[in-house]
Amino acid sequence: MSNRKPVLEMKGITKSFPGVKALTDVRFRLFPGEVHALMGENGAGKSTLIKVLTGVYSIDSGTISLDGREVAISGPLEAQKAGISTVYQEVNLCPNLTVAENIYIGREPRRLGRIIWKQMNKDAEALLKERLNLQIDVTLPLSHYPVAIQQLVAIARALSISAKVLILDEPTSSLDRNEVQQLFSIMRKLKSEGLAILFVTHFLDQVYEMSDRLTVLRSGEYIGEYMAAELPRFELVLKMIGKELNLLEELPALSEETKEASGSVMISSEGLGRKGAIEPLDLQIRKGEVLGLAGLLGSGRTETARLFFGADRADKGRLVVADTGQGVSSPRSAISQGIAFCSENRKSEGIIDDLTIRENIILALQASRGWFRPISRRRQDEIADEYMRLLNINPKNPEHIIKNLSGGNQQKVLLARWLLTQPKLLILDEPTRGIDIGAKAEIQKLVLSLSRQGMAVLFISSEIEEVIRVSDRIAVLRDRVKVKELGREQMNQHDIMQAMAGG
Amino acid sequence: MLLNRKYIPVLVTFGLFLAMFAAGSFRYTGFFSSQVLLNLFIDNAFLIITAVGMTFVIVSGGIDLSVGSVIALTTMVSAALVQQQGWPPSVVIPLVLIMGAVFGSIMGAIIHYFNIQPFIVTLAGMFLARGLCYVISINTITIDNAFYTSAAQTKISLPGGSYISVSVVIALAVVLFAIYMAHYTRTGRNVYAIGGSEQSAVLMGLPVARTKILVYTFSGFCSALAGVVFTFYMLSGYGLHAVGLELDTIAAVVIGGTLLTGGVGYIAGTVIGVLIQGVIQTIISFEGTLSSWWTKIVIGLLLFVFILLQRVLSERRLT
Ligand SMILES: Nc1ncnc2c1ncn2[C@@H]1O[C@H](COP(=O)(O)OP(=O)(O)OP(=O)(O)O)[C@@H](O)[C@H]1O
Ligand SMILES: [Mg+2]
Repeated sequence: MSNRKPVLEMKGITKSFPGVKALTDVRFRLFPGEVHALMGENGAGKSTLIKVLTGVYSIDSGTISLDGREVAISGPLEAQKAGISTVYQEVNLCPNLTVAENIYIGREPRRLGRIIWKQMNKDAEALLKERLNLQIDVTLPLSHYPVAIQQLVAIARALSISAKVLILDEPTSSLDRNEVQQLFSIMRKLKSEGLAILFVTHFLDQVYEMSDRLTVLRSGEYIGEYMAAELPRFELVLKMIGKELNLLEELPALSEETKEASGSVMISSEGLGRKGAIEPLDLQIRKGEVLGLAGLLGSGRTETARLFFGADRADKGRLVVADTGQGVSSPRSAISQGIAFCSENRKSEGIIDDLTIRENIILALQASRGWFRPISRRRQDEIADEYMRLLNINPKNPEHIIKNLSGGNQQKVLLARWLLTQPKLLILDEPTRGIDIGAKAEIQKLVLSLSRQGMAVLFISSEIEEVIRVSDRIAVLRDRVKVKELGREQMNQHDIMQAMAGG
Repeated sequence: MLLNRKYIPVLVTFGLFLAMFAAGSFRYTGFFSSQVLLNLFIDNAFLIITAVGMTFVIVSGGIDLSVGSVIALTTMVSAALVQQQGWPPSVVIPLVLIMGAVFGSIMGAIIHYFNIQPFIVTLAGMFLARGLCYVISINTITIDNAFYTSAAQTKISLPGGSYISVSVVIALAVVLFAIYMAHYTRTGRNVYAIGGSEQSAVLMGLPVARTKILVYTFSGFCSALAGVVFTFYMLSGYGLHAVGLELDTIAAVVIGGTLLTGGVGYIAGTVIGVLIQGVIQTIISFEGTLSSWWTKIVIGLLLFVFILLQRVLSERRLT
């Protein structure tokens, strides 16, 4: 493989943002017909390297060559023209346009300059169906669909651009198993056709399943390039975080303890449903219990969470918070009854772009206290410090503007915001999406320890291992119906997957 | 059903227009006639043209406060050149149109390249254009050029004895062109994309700079064209023409269902938005005793209702 010429080569790349050195003398090369994983913790500089490559950011120094020729890429359009097709980390599409438009905008089929909508819709439908096995109405606006589908649409867009380099920055973070496999089989096919693929993910399994070669970054520095087959997992982790990691092993023991801890009912739903979202559902969550919600994409997980938080109105059944005997009619009433909801949609429903890390963290706590009882600056600093340490948020400066954080670090800030309010029921929708392994283990530990202190948790994740690890009980949803409930003893991956898929 | 939701504001606007027209017809004799309807177009042709340009600006997520002043400047420059310098209209009209477009493109370029809020830049443009009017003259310049007077008086008869003016033909041509541009050209779709998320549009490799500048250029052009039509209508140039028109225009666009936050809007809705303002005025003139300020009051109330409606609808959309 190494006797071939790389299609892409980056050398000596350095990039600083005001106050942060994001990349220092980084090297990266990509050969045709290979999947190359770019690895590193949250904030290591992966997305920055990609954005430098596609001309979103300019480089301070260093060179980029395509097919052996040095190039200066001035923006995403030039990158596209040079044969680089990219799925950026955050879904970067236009929510107001239709699915079909999002795939083809800028390249719409035209006759005499006139866009042929019919053909565009047909092409989009065919592309989604054939490539991603997704059958949806492509004439609806993108905002109508959940994050996972939006991510698939972003991938479809990248696939529809014929390119020699395909960049996928955490494309799998909100996909479930089936879709991930679907994507992988496409990647394999493209690879065999000679496409070069740059792949970023925090899932080590996926890295070893898919990639031929790895490049590791740590705090913006180049650590090394390795063949995947020659680098054992623990060594990879060691290289990424620069120290031994044994957090993961402690976890199962922890959750065993919680087994007995379940107390009285905290909240229960009877026949709770909403047309087109979830069929009538009976669900109880006890104090001190972690209820896992498993299910494929579109099975109604997020929809259930939104009903429990009052973000959507149920049209059937009822929901009762045991302590107050009341229902949940709106997010306001949910919050006042001690329910917190950490949404999967961090970009549109979560972070406030221009506020600092500290301000984003204290936001929910401040809101629940009421704006007339401000939290003292000292206390704010303490809180921010505590949670930034706990979740290992980078950079370590609480006054950093949040939109400049890496994706994973933004997620951690959001999580801190809700953890801080010490709710009675914490709803976590894909809380570890895009989070590196070290922090992921921290979050799982935190969830368990909070529940042991009496908090009820509704935990939603596409990663079954994770759900099993933290949950005391798992409810499985399929096609908007609860098909199974499993206690701690009955949990095993096989049964859950079978229930999810309906076999 | 969900697809229809995005049309709701437009449909509500249209329903409202019909209701108002029906109410007027029941209450006042002589109201229900095709000519009353056509007069709405005749009297508001310039507003329709301006509002079409404004729709693109607002859909792109911006705002253009300079439109009224550009209209005034156009009337002033036209009057000065035709009346005082004796230039032929065939030279003057293209000239003022180019002037408007260039004025808009400069504002667009400043907005984009210096990353300054459109509100501020076009506010400056508004003062600048208005000020330039008074450099030319502080008085009204009346036009008696044959071309202008005949454009003002020509009635194009329609079957059934009713008629429209030249301005209406121009306005309708602009509307049709704009609808085509908005929905069937890449440039049009790029405007919507930028309004939806400018950052995404950049990452998707769309020509954001070009499109944004073009949007303000088009708005400037439309204002100048509206200024020409306005000159036909008033047969004069005056620095106080079309004062506050930018706000009427924005009101029409919003009542027509375009979201002020950008990304959603329809040209057809905008046209109806203008007609609603026209109907209110007509009703008030038929009433005879009401002060014309009632137009403003009703439009104010309508704006509230429509902004609330948009709020409710866009909140639902998130689910
Ligand atoms: N626009 C920006 N302005 C300032 N700092 C930035 C900006 N973009 C990124 N950074 C900083 O650069 C560093 C690298 O960020 P980057 O997004 O590349 O990380 P990453 O490896 O992709 O992490 P993750 O796994 O969380 O996505 C971080 O410290 C981040 O705060
Ligand atoms: Mg990243």
